Amino acid sequence: MNTPVMAEAPVRSRDVGEIPFRRRFAWLIRREIMENRSIYLAFLAVAPLIVVGFAIRLATMPGKLRAAAALDALHQHAVIEQPYTFAAMLLMFVSVLVSLFYSVDALYGERRDRSILFWKSLPVSDLETVLAKAAIPILVIPVITFVATFFTQVLMLLMTSLRLAGTGLSVWSQLSFGQMTWVLFYHLVLGHGFWFAPYWGWFLLASAWARRAPFLWATLPVLAVSLLEKIAFNTAYFGQWIAYRFSGGPVSGPGNAEPMTIAGVTPVSWSQSLTSPGFWFGLALTALFLMAAVRLRRLRGPS
Amino acid sequence: MTCIEARGLRKTYGATVAVDGIDLRVEEGRILGLIGPNGAGKTTALNAIVGLTPYQGQLRVLDRDPWQERDRLMRDVCFIADVAVLPRWIRVSQLLDYVSGVHPHFQRTKAESFLQRTTIRPASKVRELSKGMVTQLHLAMVMAIDARLLVLDEPTLGLDILFRKQFYDSLLNDYFDGTRTILVTTHQVEEVEHVLTDVLFIDRGRIVFQRTMEEVESRFAELMPRPGQAAAARALQPMHERQSLGRSVMLFEGVERGQLAALGDVRTPGIADLFVAIVGSRPGAAQ
Repeated sequence: MNTPVMAEAPVRSRDVGEIPFRRRFAWLIRREIMENRSIYLAFLAVAPLIVVGFAIRLATMPGKLRAAAALDALHQHAVIEQPYTFAAMLLMFVSVLVSLFYSVDALYGERRDRSILFWKSLPVSDLETVLAKAAIPILVIPVITFVATFFTQVLMLLMTSLRLAGTGLSVWSQLSFGQMTWVLFYHLVLGHGFWFAPYWGWFLLASAWARRAPFLWATLPVLAVSLLEKIAFNTAYFGQWIAYRFSGGPVSGPGNAEPMTIAGVTPVSWSQSLTSPGFWFGLALTALFLMAAVRLRRLRGPS
Repeated sequence: MTCIEARGLRKTYGATVAVDGIDLRVEEGRILGLIGPNGAGKTTALNAIVGLTPYQGQLRVLDRDPWQERDRLMRDVCFIADVAVLPRWIRVSQLLDYVSGVHPHFQRTKAESFLQRTTIRPASKVRELSKGMVTQLHLAMVMAIDARLLVLDEPTLGLDILFRKQFYDSLLNDYFDGTRTILVTTHQVEEVEHVLTDVLFIDRGRIVFQRTMEEVESRFAELMPRPGQAAAARALQPMHERQSLGRSVMLFEGVERGQLAALGDVRTPGIADLFVAIVGSRPGAAQ
């Protein structure tokens, strides 16, 4: 009685459809941005504040420029570039915070709300999922930060030009905007993306590991190792190494020329970073962390 | 073609044995009900089948190893694991976009036409929907995927009776085409038994009963003996006897219906009655 009526063999699409990796990966990235809107909203919230603050500062701009004219070219340059650097640094700070909170929650949140059971019912591998999540702090957030900073700085430059119109003063000759933008891009992608990649990889691993409190799992082991080292050997190499890495290492420049410019914390050439062993060691470490995160995501059900 | 084949399937969590050596073979086109008490290993067995958990023993699903090839297998397998696993932050339209983007066998128009029959709006977020609506949404997504195996783990838990009825009606009328295989676990046995082609009882990690529904109908009978006939009925060795409204109800296996009809009212037992008789009478059972 329960034998169902056999339907005519339906036309099956299953042999036709094949979604290429690139398209699927692009959707995985889009999914992350859909879920974590702070990835771009944080910048939309902070950038206007910078612009408003700068507008107020503009009032005294002509006077400052005239005073700076008495100084040598290097100082002049620094005075003019300072607000732009400050804007960039503020947005970078936002960028680091957004990346941090994103990474710590990325693989934990889906287990906490059990939605991992839905994501795993789709034909997407754990490796693809983890790579897409890692791509957010390593590639997507640096690029978004760059775009946000670029438009903020363009707006600042336009406002400056409007303010200075008719005063006979100009910042165009002093500010090498093109070079500044290029250095910024380089700093964000290479520094915040790839140089910091082991941090993001570690946070993602903690996120995949933790059954609760992923933030503690991300930080306490690091503190524990530092403490152990201090007690056992009375040294602090581990903590210094982590701090050194955060300060930029060879990705940052000599650091003595112009401390308040992005160029001051950025090397001149790509090759300088790409040939540094620390850069590649970091990427290898990131790969290791991500591989462990893939394994954990595969094994761990919803918590 | 064989859809699921398991030999000696075993899964332990530390000292706890969740699945204790299951042999199972499910042909394509069957609707198999997996019935068992809480903690019997149903969910663990299903998780192994959909590649969510590693296991010991042999298991092939659509001729693939589910643990090694989960992502590939999921092109042809759908599952609704428990309830309320759809991400709460997502909008219905975003869900449709995303699944179209990653699933080669998802037909968006089909999902949209299912959703048009409901009150679910494309702009709604999952968190704004009632539990019943979330289940409807999940079912609409699953039914728009041209899969060969659908695995449902307590798909109607926590839903009211109207939604539950509608759920199984849609499944039968709009989804099942005789070539697809459906594997379902539920506690609401009465609601699925008319849907099933096969039934399987699982208790403490082992399969204790496995029959097609035709076999259940032809081999099992329930007798309510007329007054004075109870002793004669007992002589035929019922496998189980219970009291209902002051009268005995006896369950027989492999006894001629004609023979029973002479002693009282005979009917085909429900799955729930069979379950109580078989699983409830095992040594160490809860009742």
